[in-house]
Amino acid sequence: MDSLFSASELAFRDELRRFFRSAVPDGMRRKVRLGQNLSAQEMRDWHRILDAKGWAAPAWDAAWGGTGWNPMQIHMYREELHMAYAPTPFAINISLAGPLIIAFGSDEQKARFLPGIKNLDYWFAQGFSEPDAGSDLASLRTHAVQDGDSYVVTGQKAWTTLAQHANWMFTLVRTSSEGRKQDGLTFLLIDMSSPGVTVRPVISIDRDHHVNEVFLDNVRVPVANRVGEEGRAWSYTKYLLTQERVIGARAAMTKLKIAKIKEAAAKLMENGVPLSDRPWLQSRLAALEVELTALEITTIRVLAEMQSRAGDTFDPKSSMLKLKGSELYQRADELLVDVLGPLGLPYTPGFLQGEDDAEALVPEWARTAMQKYFLNRATTIYAGSAEVQHNILAKAILAL
Amino acid sequence: MTTSAFFVSDEHRLFQDSVDKYLQQQYSFSQRLQHAAAPDGWSRKVWADFADLGLIGYWLPADYGGYGAPPLTMSSVMEALGKALVLEPILPTAILGAGCIELAGRPEQCAALLPSVAQGKLLLALAHAEEHARYDLNAVRCSAVREGAHWLLNGEKFMVLGAPAADRLIASARMDGGEMALFLVNPRAAGVRIVPYITQDGHQAGNVTFDGVRVDAPDRLDACADAAAVIEQVAERAVAALCAEAVGVMSRMLDLTVDYLGTRKQFGVKIGSFQVLQHRAVDMLVALDQARSMTLGALAALERGRPDERRRMVAAAKAQAGRSARFVGQSAIQLHGGIGVTMEYMVGHCFLRSSTIEVLFGDAEHHLARLASLGGLVGPALEGEPANV
Repeated sequence: MDSLFSASELAFRDELRRFFRSAVPDGMRRKVRLGQNLSAQEMRDWHRILDAKGWAAPAWDAAWGGTGWNPMQIHMYREELHMAYAPTPFAINISLAGPLIIAFGSDEQKARFLPGIKNLDYWFAQGFSEPDAGSDLASLRTHAVQDGDSYVVTGQKAWTTLAQHANWMFTLVRTSSEGRKQDGLTFLLIDMSSPGVTVRPVISIDRDHHVNEVFLDNVRVPVANRVGEEGRAWSYTKYLLTQERVIGARAAMTKLKIAKIKEAAAKLMENGVPLSDRPWLQSRLAALEVELTALEITTIRVLAEMQSRAGDTFDPKSSMLKLKGSELYQRADELLVDVLGPLGLPYTPGFLQGEDDAEALVPEWARTAMQKYFLNRATTIYAGSAEVQHNILAKAILAL
Repeated sequence: MTTSAFFVSDEHRLFQDSVDKYLQQQYSFSQRLQHAAAPDGWSRKVWADFADLGLIGYWLPADYGGYGAPPLTMSSVMEALGKALVLEPILPTAILGAGCIELAGRPEQCAALLPSVAQGKLLLALAHAEEHARYDLNAVRCSAVREGAHWLLNGEKFMVLGAPAADRLIASARMDGGEMALFLVNPRAAGVRIVPYITQDGHQAGNVTFDGVRVDAPDRLDACADAAAVIEQVAERAVAALCAEAVGVMSRMLDLTVDYLGTRKQFGVKIGSFQVLQHRAVDMLVALDQARSMTLGALAALERGRPDERRRMVAAAKAQAGRSARFVGQSAIQLHGGIGVTMEYMVGHCFLRSSTIEVLFGDAEHHLARLASLGGLVGPALEGEPANV
C-alpha cells in the first residue's frame, strides 16, 4: 500500500502515527482494544487531548478550529487514529453537529456552540429518525409550531445515539405539511434539559445501552435556536449525510478486526493443528483482506478525484464506500465469531462497561466478539441502508 | 501535498486517446469477428497498426526501440484492449516474450530482438508451463543438456499462448544442476513440434514438444543468472496486465448489461425499472470497481514497491479480478437472458474471455492461498503499549 503514497504523504502519516501512539492514555487504549465503552468523562478527556493538539475536528473550517488539511490528510488522520487504538472522536458532534452549524448556523450560534461541540462540553444527540421514518426520513412527523419567539415542539425521535449523555439535540422537525414532504422541514437545536423532553433507553441486542427514544411534549425552543432557514433542513441534511458516507468505508476498523482474528486463530487449535493453519480460515481471511485492500484503494481514488475537483465534494462513489465498507466490517465480525466458536458464547455482564471479569469465564480477547457481531448488524442499516445505497448507485452511476 | 498515486502524464493521455480512437474505428464486434476469421485467428493489419501506434513497444525499454512506459499505464491500455476483446498477441509477444528477453537477455540479444518486436515484425511466445504444473511456476521438467557448442532441449510444454504464429519461442528448461534456464528457440528448428489450437475464448495457443532440439549456446538468455526469478517477475507483469484486461472486459459487460436493461421491455416496461435487476447491476458495478482498485494497487506496487509488497499485491489483484470477473460475467449473462448464452451477441464472447482470464496464471483460490502463505495484507495491530516510531 505504501507505494500509493508520495514521500510527503508518508511523512505526514508518520507525524500522525507518532502523536496517536503517545497521546492515548493507557487505560483508554486498553478499553478500545478490548472493545469496551469509554465513560462520558473519558470521552471528554480524550476530546480535550485532541483539542489541545488542535486535532479534535480537523475537517472543520480553519476559522473554527479545523486544520486546513486536504481530504487525503483527513482520511489518514482517521486511519492512524484507529490503528493506534485511539478512541473515535464523537462523530455526532464532530461530523454532524459542527458541520451543520458551520455551514448553516448564525454567527451567534457558531460562537456559542462550536468550541463546546469540539471539546464535548456540548454533547449532541442526533434527532433525525422516528418510529415511522427510518430510511424514508422525509416522512417524519415531529412538528414545531411557532408561538411568539419560540417554537413549540411535539413528537418522538428514535435511535438517538448516546442521548443519555447528551445535553443538546439537533432536531429535524416539520414546520409545514404543505407541498413536498421534503420542503416542510426545519432544524432546531433543543436543550435536553427543557421541560417536556424525556429520554427512554432502548437496549440493543448486545445487551448494551447505545440508543434511546426521545419524547418531545410541547417543548419550547427559542426561535434563535433554529439553524438556517425554515423549510430548508432537507437540503442541509443531504449535505450532512454525504459527509457521513465518506467516513463509511471504515477500513481501519475492519483491519483491527482482522488483526484480532489472526491473533485469536494463532492461539486456538482445531483438529490438532493451529486454527491459523486451517485452509478454510486462510482462504476466507485472505479474501477479506483482498476486498478490504481494494476498498482502501477505492477510497484513495475517490479522495484524489475529490481533490482535483475543488469545491464540489459530492461523489456518488461514496455510496459504494459505505456499501462495501459496512459489508466487509460485518464479514470481519462474522469471521471472528466463527474463529472463536464456543469461546464466544459465555456472556460477561459489565465487561463492556469496563468491569473486569471476576470469574474469567473466557480470555478477555474473546469476550465482546459476539456482542459486536450482533450490534454491528446495524452498520448496513443506519446512515442509509445497504438497499438505499443500491438505489442511489443505480440512479446516480448506472442511470437506471 | 498531492496524491501522486494515479498520476497520468499528458503523453500517456495522448497515447491512450489514439488507442481508444483506433479501437473504436477498427474493433467493433463485427470487425472483431472478421479479425478472428483471418488465417491466424487475428489480424496482421491490426498488428501492424498497433506497431505504428507504438502499442507493442509501449512498455519495452526506450534503449531497444520501446517507449519505456511505466507499469501503471497498463491499467488504461489493457483495459481498452479488454473492452474491445482484442485478439492480437499483445500478452504473448509484448509482455511475456519481450519481458523475458528484457530481463534475462544480454544487451546484444535485446538489441537484436526487441526493436523488431516493437515494430511488429517479430512475434514471440513463452514456452514455460507444462501440463502437470497447474499454477506452479517452478514445475519445469523440460531438460537442457550442454553438448559442445549447443544445448539439447527435451520435453513438453502446455498451452503456450501465441505459439502458432510465433517467430521465436522462449523455452524454459532445467540444466544438469537443476537450475532453470531460458533459451531462444526457432519454432521451425528440427525436433520442435507445435500442436496448435484455440482456447475457449478464441485466442491462439499450442502445445510444444522439444525432441532433442539443438540450440546454439549463444541463444541462451543468460544475462540474469536466476531464470526462475525472471519467470516470476514476468508472470507478475502478465498477471497485472490480465487483471487490467479483465477490468476492461467486465466494464464492457456492465455497459452492455445496463444498455440492455434500459432497452429491453417485458410486462410493458423496461426491465431496468425492476429493483431486483437494478441492485444486481449495482453489485456488478461494485465488483468491477473492487477489481479496478486492486489492479491499480498491483501496478503501483510493480512500479515502485519492494519485491515482497509486489508479490502480495499482485496475488491480491488476481484473486480480486478472478472473483469479480466470475460475478460480473455470470450476472451479465443472467441479466441478458437467452441472448446472453449465444455466440451472436457480444456479452457471451466477453464471458468466454473473462472466464479464461480467471484461469490464466492462477485462479482466485490459488492466489488467495498464495497470499495467505505470504502473510496476507493486514499486519499485526499495535500492541497495548505505545510503540516508538
